Amino acid sequence: MSRTDDNWLLRVRNLTKIYGEPNENTLNMTGPLFNSNICPETDAIVACADISFDLYPGEVLGIVGESGSGKSTVVRLLYFDMEKTAGSAFLKPYNSGLANILEESNQKKRFIRNHLMGMVYQNPRDGLNFRFSSGGNIAEKLIMAGNMNVGQIRGRASELLEKTEVPVQRMDDRPSSFSGGMQQRVQISKAIANNPPLLFLDEVTTGLDVSVQAKVLDLIRELQQDLGIAMIVVSHDLSVIRMLTDRTIVLKDGRIVESGLTDQILQDPQHEYSQLLVSSLL
Amino acid sequence: MVENKKYVNKYNFAFIDEATKREIRRKLLKAVAIPGYQVPYSSPEMPISRGWGTGGLHVTLSVIGKKDVFKIIDQGSDASVNACNLREFVHMMTDVKTTFDTSEATLIQTRHRVTEEELKENQIYIYQVPQPEPLRGVERYENKTRQMHGEADYAKMWVSIYESFIRHGDIMLYAGYPVKVNNRYIMAPSPIPKWDIPNLNQSKALHLFGAGREKRLYAVPPYTTVEPLEFEDVKFHTEDFTGLECFKTGYKKAYLDELYFDDGTRHFVINDSNFLDKLMEHSPLKQHSNKYIDKIEA
Repeated sequence: MSRTDDNWLLRVRNLTKIYGEPNENTLNMTGPLFNSNICPETDAIVACADISFDLYPGEVLGIVGESGSGKSTVVRLLYFDMEKTAGSAFLKPYNSGLANILEESNQKKRFIRNHLMGMVYQNPRDGLNFRFSSGGNIAEKLIMAGNMNVGQIRGRASELLEKTEVPVQRMDDRPSSFSGGMQQRVQISKAIANNPPLLFLDEVTTGLDVSVQAKVLDLIRELQQDLGIAMIVVSHDLSVIRMLTDRTIVLKDGRIVESGLTDQILQDPQHEYSQLLVSSLL
Repeated sequence: MVENKKYVNKYNFAFIDEATKREIRRKLLKAVAIPGYQVPYSSPEMPISRGWGTGGLHVTLSVIGKKDVFKIIDQGSDASVNACNLREFVHMMTDVKTTFDTSEATLIQTRHRVTEEELKENQIYIYQVPQPEPLRGVERYENKTRQMHGEADYAKMWVSIYESFIRHGDIMLYAGYPVKVNNRYIMAPSPIPKWDIPNLNQSKALHLFGAGREKRLYAVPPYTTVEPLEFEDVKFHTEDFTGLECFKTGYKKAYLDELYFDDGTRHFVINDSNFLDKLMEHSPLKQHSNKYIDKIEA
């Protein structure tokens, strides 16, 4: 699909999250130039500020940066896990992209989350309820979207588990009895249960051993190609970014320091921090 | 108990002072206006401790009038200890007429049963509720459950029913089966058996619920839709008494109690004592009718 100004899927403008009590100088005295995200005057912490980007249907956008740079904050704000301090986000399939989804009521937000978004967290405990079976976890998402038929729910759940290569016989076991890689697959099944146009992946492979990492990444790439889901991939691992993403944003101290095509950034980083990141790639 | 020596009467009519009664009535009005919504209230001190029926007693004493006829049951029986003591207390404090006869009563307080006899429009049915929060089993924090009710976010509840079904092949919820009231709030109907749940649906009487220890009131107004939670293909059902009957009357269409005699033999008897008495006397009575009871052959 060609990219025009108009066919974006997600439009984010000036997304900002500040902890503490900022004053008028807070934003001017933090950021990569000052090498800090703590305001020297008020001690407010700027988790992220002035994040603006567009995401197009089917596109995969990477967000890289060191820990504490605000990567996860961005996707968690967009998935409504936290409240923004300022900024706006528009989602095309919701209200034709006219409403700022960050300012909707909780009920509307839940609708958006259940129908139009999926999230895969680094820690499966954040995305899954370990007291429910893996099938139950997927069922939760389906029930929230209004499916009230146990037969259909189980059909869809086994279909998803098959697709993510989790043995279907283990559908009724709790995720706590699964390996890390399997837990992550269940989380992915849950995230894509309602065929959302947009998926957030927050450090999905961190903490998995290398062979499992490769399998999970393969799965994500396959899903992306089969279903054409747009994704935002957060990672500190540049090889993950190189493998999955088309475009990349580099974050430092809560600000975007560079953005562009992934290949370009990895081959020819412009900003000094991106250069550092790329040169430290093993 | 500190006795009042200032006035002619030792206690105010119906024990609770008028200001507090008014507060409870106001909260009851709110509860009736929002069927199934739990309204916080004062839960004033009573001569019995909280959790022993104070919620029901608060509601009874704040709505009772001198012309009311009062009946109280405990697990279907007019004669059990809880019922006898509270009946005595309400009678002492109000001097209203008390009765065992379900159809004669205008005010019925209950612990854990709905009468088998159909309720009428002039009756108020009052429940003693130990745990008013139907979501407590899936969410332990009160601020969370309140938010879940506020936003009608009941997915967790549904998943727990789904889980129960896949684990055990049936919905393993018994007394106090969660219901959806007026298509909006999920409500704990106090621990009445599943048998009684369908009788709340479109009931002619006003149902008031008082949870004294948890300080919550809620209500099901007359002619309100009350549906047990069920999936399209996994259905709610009432207790199964197939092949059993009351050993005194041979009646099959009522909630039965299990009895063991001294010789070790097992028998069943109708749980609702007034209903049993009326059946044995052959006096006229009209039972609740719902699709679960109607299926049973007499």
